[in-house]
Amino acid sequence: MADYPRPLPVPTPETQAFWDGCLAGELRLQKCDACAHTYFPPRDFCPACSGRKVTTFKASGKASLYSYVINHRPRPDFGTAPHSIAVVTLAEGPRMMTNIIDCPQTPEALQLDMALEVAFEKASETIALPKFRPVKG
Amino acid sequence: MKQKSVAIVGAAETTNMGKIPNQSVIGLHADAALNAMRDAGLTAKDIDGVATAGESPVELAHYLGITPTWADGTSVGGCSFMLHVRHAAAAINAGLCKTVLITHAESGKSRVGARKFGRDPASQMGQFEVPFGVTSPPTMFTIPVLRYMKETGTTLEDLATVAVIQREWAAKNPRASYRDPITVDDVLNSSMIAWPFTKLMCCLVTDGGGALILTSAERAKDFPQKPVYIIGTGECVETPTVSQMEDFTTSKAFRVSGKKAFDEAGIKHADVDHLMIYDAFAHLPLYGLEDLGFCKRGEAAAFIRERNTAIGGKLPLNTNGGGLSYMHSGMYGMYALQESVRQMRGLAPAQVPGAKISVAHGVGGMFAASGTIIFSNEAP
Repeated sequence: MADYPRPLPVPTPETQAFWDGCLAGELRLQKCDACAHTYFPPRDFCPACSGRKVTTFKASGKASLYSYVINHRPRPDFGTAPHSIAVVTLAEGPRMMTNIIDCPQTPEALQLDMALEVAFEKASETIALPKFRPVKG
Repeated sequence: MKQKSVAIVGAAETTNMGKIPNQSVIGLHADAALNAMRDAGLTAKDIDGVATAGESPVELAHYLGITPTWADGTSVGGCSFMLHVRHAAAAINAGLCKTVLITHAESGKSRVGARKFGRDPASQMGQFEVPFGVTSPPTMFTIPVLRYMKETGTTLEDLATVAVIQREWAAKNPRASYRDPITVDDVLNSSMIAWPFTKLMCCLVTDGGGALILTSAERAKDFPQKPVYIIGTGECVETPTVSQMEDFTTSKAFRVSGKKAFDEAGIKHADVDHLMIYDAFAHLPLYGLEDLGFCKRGEAAAFIRERNTAIGGKLPLNTNGGGLSYMHSGMYGMYALQESVRQMRGLAPAQVPGAKISVAHGVGGMFAASGTIIFSNEAP
């Protein structure tokens, strides 16, 4: 873990709760107290209505595959094997960038709209990255 | 604001194009600027407004010996120069300055005096995209396309056809980097960069630059070149991270910017004789044709396949060969503007006969920003 070769996020005060959640094994989103809009990335106000009262909650971790590429020329710190770079739509609505893991990194295996679930990959003592894998069955 | 009162009176690219290891970024800015000043019959002492992106307008002004009363450093990626044209037109109309120089240059290939790549790991992109391998344009700009293809029925062959037809235009341009004909199979069989994008669906990486000089339409008649009038402008920005784009099948920034420009110009799509759409990757012209309103949703691929944008077609598109075949130093918007100006002057290598209205549409970042400029060679 200590020599995880890839660039890692540096949390800011506005995003710390999200990254703390990943380390604790939960995907945290925020919802506006006033207009009920659920959003990502994290910030301490609602981007839909500018309200300052928002609540952080544990999301389901369920998602579907919105779009992706398979990078055949990764930067050296991301290894040499082709790997997916994907955007998923969370069950709660927001989208996020991730990688699809635990399946072949091929167009045949990666079908748009397939069901996914979050899986956290611990990268350092303070950071775990939210990745997604196909839902079995 | 009345936009119809400003014109381009100077326009030029760098003396050389492609691989230029003997000039730095700021040196290329100066080369393009001096060529544009010569084109307009001016020197630095005649310029009182400057705008550039990438470099600071302070560095540009001092390097060239200009003391401006107006400066714009808007830097939103490759369409920044469209925004500069729009801002400069407003500034000239407001009396903030009389003669504006806009420059672009990059040492994209040789990296002489170029800034280092990299994202702050605490930025939105640094936290929420880079850790997943989103490290360069081929892994950012490309991500929406599979969703677009699924929703519209667009095929890989359609994407390849964009590159094939632009190469046909490039063949007529002596300054184009790639001029040899290619086929759909050549494009599909070129090396895989990021599925579904092969190498020939991705833009070039070159060195070069360009510069524009703007002044009021009233003064423009006294300059040596045929004035090219700015009749419509638009701009918009959406998101710093491609994952947060509202809809992967259409760009909000494109739609807003394009509509602003068309409304301001008061023209119909059928009035447009020539079109430039910034093509960093082969899908950009498809999004552009639909989001600007030239095609209905999902119909751009067929429009290109039926050769409407090819030589002899009703809507000549990316007539310099585009970022895919002409050149791409990093922020290509300047070259789209240069080709529109050449077409309006009647001096383009692949000149569209009788063209009177040209639209130059740019993208910045990865669908992050957009700027649209509509030109005419007839005095408004």
